[in-house]
Amino acid sequence: MVRLIDEFRDPELLRPLLQRISSYDDRNYSLMEVCGTHTVSISRFGIRSAVPENIKLLSGPGCPVCVTSQQDVDKAIELAKNSNIILATFGDMMKVPGTKSSLAKEKAKGANVVVCYSTREALDIAEEHPEKEVVFYGVGFETTAPTVAFSILEAKKRKIKNYSVFSTHKLVPPALRALLDSGEVRIDGFILPGHVSVIIGLKAYEFLSEEYGVPGVVSGFEPLDILITIEMLLKQIRSKKAKIENQYKRTVTYDGNIYAQKALEEVFKIDDAEWRGIGLIPKSGLAINEEFEDFDASKKFDVKVPYSIEPPNCSCGEVLRGVKSPFECKLFGKGCTPEHPVGPCMVSSEGACAAYYRFERYTRVVD
Amino acid sequence: MSEDIILLAHGSGGTLMHRLIENNIVPLIKEGGNFEFDDAAELLVPNQRIALTTDSYVVKPPFFNGGNIGKLAVSGTVNDLAMKGAVPIALSLALIIEEGLKLSELEAILKSIAETAKEAGIRIVTGDTKVVEKGSADKIFINTSGVGYIPDGRNVSGSNARPGDVVILSGTIGDHGIAIMSEREGLGLTIPVESDATPLNHLVERIFESIPADAIHVLRDPTRGGLATTLNEIAQQSNVVIRIEEERVPVKDEVKGACEILGYDPLYLANEGKLVLIVKEEFADEALKVMKSTEKGKDAAIIGNVEEVESKPAVFVKTVLGTSRFLTMLSGEQFPRIC
Repeated sequence: MVRLIDEFRDPELLRPLLQRISSYDDRNYSLMEVCGTHTVSISRFGIRSAVPENIKLLSGPGCPVCVTSQQDVDKAIELAKNSNIILATFGDMMKVPGTKSSLAKEKAKGANVVVCYSTREALDIAEEHPEKEVVFYGVGFETTAPTVAFSILEAKKRKIKNYSVFSTHKLVPPALRALLDSGEVRIDGFILPGHVSVIIGLKAYEFLSEEYGVPGVVSGFEPLDILITIEMLLKQIRSKKAKIENQYKRTVTYDGNIYAQKALEEVFKIDDAEWRGIGLIPKSGLAINEEFEDFDASKKFDVKVPYSIEPPNCSCGEVLRGVKSPFECKLFGKGCTPEHPVGPCMVSSEGACAAYYRFERYTRVVD
Repeated sequence: MSEDIILLAHGSGGTLMHRLIENNIVPLIKEGGNFEFDDAAELLVPNQRIALTTDSYVVKPPFFNGGNIGKLAVSGTVNDLAMKGAVPIALSLALIIEEGLKLSELEAILKSIAETAKEAGIRIVTGDTKVVEKGSADKIFINTSGVGYIPDGRNVSGSNARPGDVVILSGTIGDHGIAIMSEREGLGLTIPVESDATPLNHLVERIFESIPADAIHVLRDPTRGGLATTLNEIAQQSNVVIRIEEERVPVKDEVKGACEILGYDPLYLANEGKLVLIVKEEFADEALKVMKSTEKGKDAAIIGNVEEVESKPAVFVKTVLGTSRFLTMLSGEQFPRIC
């Protein structure tokens, strides 16, 4: 059996890398990761405290649950309240607080909300319950969107008419552009997402180096991957030559997964999308194509939410833009904990607040 | 002929119920049992401290790779007794059956109960059977209560961890959690993971035989909430700091793989056949040696130690990078990641 975990956590390999990274002590370096799984790895393996203080690791808008707008959260809750609907969702969305309620609360009150691990399960539920409408709550980036696209193609093929998708899917590259355009935070380099890049390929990020002169390295998720990526970025920044490099060669290619990209193109169209913390980003979301509008929950059901308000004093927005570290939020660890989350970044296991709370709180307390 | 199933009438208290109990239930579990069909069982117990525990089992699905709810219901309660240093004596068995359960499934569960009780050397002495309407239970729920005696000289408690003590884990973690999860969600893992559900009382006795009883400070089985939660409970009860090293915690490759795919942390996954032993430092090596010489403890490892509390009780884990991080209790449920 090929072992692909332990080798990437071998202290004998990690130590010399850390030493080399420490030699970049000439200036401050600010690197941003834009993938929730990277956020968790960096927190869990203590990478932030293992690298020198002048190398700052910022968390960006990499958690799909977290960037879902308050209005979309409220809409999903409204859908769940419809007694004719079975709302199928990934588990992470259950506890995200909407303006007045959450899916978990509605489920406790009797709403039919089912946690799914894949769209295939949602399709099966639709087939087993022809008397109900099954709505899949489509949340995620380019990683998850293809499976949702395939579920729609499959539903069409299997003539499952009571299945639809509430698509709030988002695209990573436009968010990076929006962050750089705003100029709010200094970003010297991006630790680019691994899973997303399996789908979209290296080519999708070339604008970063070409138009903005900002380097990026697509990274794997193990400590060794992330440290190699950090070193690659530091090298680029020091030599003042920005390019997009691939550390995660064992899965990511230049072109990405063409088959998945085709499915995305077939089922979805690129649309403007509202991001929590960032606002409306042009051409950053995936809406369902007219050809498949029978499977579009936002067309099938007239969901209106009168108003949506983000929780007061919650800094999720600033955290998602990298402006604030979770530690700088007034509510962190006080009014907002994983047990009683106020904002989504504390709910999702991939959220920056939850990761910092779980893995880094104590180091911080001791400071 | 259609398959026999459990009907509501089986729980009515009438002839059907008597027939079910006498023909289908008791013969399967009576091994060593002493059914008098009175309202309560009479037990002869040694003149020692008595340990009493109860637990209800509602696992979904009731059948999984490596066992079923019956095996779990006996192992779990036997282990709760053993973690108190108690020698199990007797077990009660209460079944809450959803109407429609196949008789063959009930029998398979009962067989497991009997086998596991025999293995643990505990007698099933009393029981109860109820049948509820479809939808009121999920196939079958089981409650077991266990009685045991605590031999003199044993004083095992979550509040007994002392600075300087050594933390030993009896084997790999996360097996049960992944087995259940993959069964429940049809994950179709290429290398299936078996649940580790098993009674641990004989392993505990081996440890007590080999080192002085007063050197054994804490015994705990890291069930729901996993190792991380168990260690936190101990740290709080004993008002100490526990430090473990991530690299030393044994995890099967296939469990690691499943965790990486799903975004789970093995430290938080349930176990049903593992124990944490916190022992006086000078006896740690001997305890480890004895555990490793048994089948159920063959993968045992020293994973950390107990220290004086600084500001408040806590658990720390040393990462592969040599940095230290906080290991918190499980909060809420673990959900697989989206991305």
